[in-house]
Amino acid sequence: MKKIFVLILFLTISLINFNFAYSISPDIFVQSTVNRASQILSENISKEEKMNKLKIIAKETVDIKGIGFYSLGSKRKSLNEKQKKNYSNLFEKYFLKSFSSRLAEYTNPQIEVKNKDVLNENYTIVKSVLISTSERPEVSIDWRVYTKDLNNPLIRDLIIEGLSLARTQKEEFASILNSNNGDINTLFKALEEFSKN
Amino acid sequence: MIKILKIYLIALLFATNAIAGSDGEIEFSKSKEDKTTKDCFEPINRASFALNQGLDKVIFKPVAKGYRALPGPIKKGTGNALNNLSNLITIPNNVLQGDLKLAAINTGRLVVNTTLGILGIFDPASEMGFPGYVKEDYGQTLGTWGVGPGCYLVLPVLGPTTIRDTAGMFVNVMGGDPYYNVSVNGNNEYLDGKLFAATKMLSAVEFRASNIESFDNLEKNSVDFYASVRSVYTQDRENKIKNIQRGNLEVIYKEDQDWEEIDTK
Repeated sequence: MKKIFVLILFLTISLINFNFAYSISPDIFVQSTVNRASQILSENISKEEKMNKLKIIAKETVDIKGIGFYSLGSKRKSLNEKQKKNYSNLFEKYFLKSFSSRLAEYTNPQIEVKNKDVLNENYTIVKSVLISTSERPEVSIDWRVYTKDLNNPLIRDLIIEGLSLARTQKEEFASILNSNNGDINTLFKALEEFSKN
Repeated sequence: MIKILKIYLIALLFATNAIAGSDGEIEFSKSKEDKTTKDCFEPINRASFALNQGLDKVIFKPVAKGYRALPGPIKKGTGNALNNLSNLITIPNNVLQGDLKLAAINTGRLVVNTTLGILGIFDPASEMGFPGYVKEDYGQTLGTWGVGPGCYLVLPVLGPTTIRDTAGMFVNVMGGDPYYNVSVNGNNEYLDGKLFAATKMLSAVEFRASNIESFDNLEKNSVDFYASVRSVYTQDRENKIKNIQRGNLEVIYKEDQDWEEIDTK
């Protein structure tokens, strides 16, 4: 009995320690992600190399699959498993190229996390600013962080000066689908072509 | 001519209400519904968009790049003066939206910057501690009164708008813009229609110059650039109508329920 008690106590303490060790606050998560990206962007390497390194960060910190299905809107409900898998693969390639290419335009951006706003147990909005330079004014950037698993928070959207990148993407995809009678293959083709070019 | 414009405006307003009332796609109270603005004239809009892209490539972008090359103080002074002039439209809209305190503040800003700031070239009001300036227009006022955007439009040269925002633009030339009234309709030796047109063109160049990289980036990373611009425009107008500024953005996040359905864990 005593042994079982000791074992349970040991497991409980280990579990608590595990949570303390790995749970990360969304604002610290965003600041650390931004710092990693910023470091890469300030390195004296080619744009191609920067993009490759940024892709690695994006795979670790962004919920690419979640953003993909959000971008599909209600169409996601009518896809079969094979189409979903195909879409997820194509979307990941598209997203990584688009994401890294957007970021690689900046050299040494300074982003400062200001505060956070917990929406519910699944989402926290982290508010930050891209510090102004002589060439551009200060830009507000808010991050929608998916916090369902506190040990592994993930970025789901960037809201730049009030404009949501995920919503823009969702409306873009909806436009392609609407113009082609909802044919998902047209979207697949568009994503494929984007990734190839 | 004014009569025709008035009839056109009333017709547009009725059309806007009818469309917003019937499609229900962008009524802000229906937060769980798709908020995409209806693109009733998409083929024509796309043609107009293509024309504007051509004009942008040949005229607007090169001119904007030239403007960007001007010395900083000249650009700053120009931006300040244009902002100061826009107060003439912002103030009546503050009143129409019931924000009398802000109308008084902006009137103070206009007086200070026009006199001490030498026709608005300098911005002493900000240095004196006036709160940050936010532009308002008649399209936004119609939005705050509950008028839906109606269909999305792309006007040749003028770019993206909606039926509601076009109606708002008509209000400017029907007496809502004191600068237009004095320069185009007024009888004085200092201001005329050409100066008014030049001011508007300068505003457009300034806007384009401040967004060269943003537009390039958006175009480069879009699978459908037309749809991206439409989305950005409608989001921006929604934010402006709701007066969403820093610290109040959660309104957007809480309304977007689609995220709650996405579960990847």
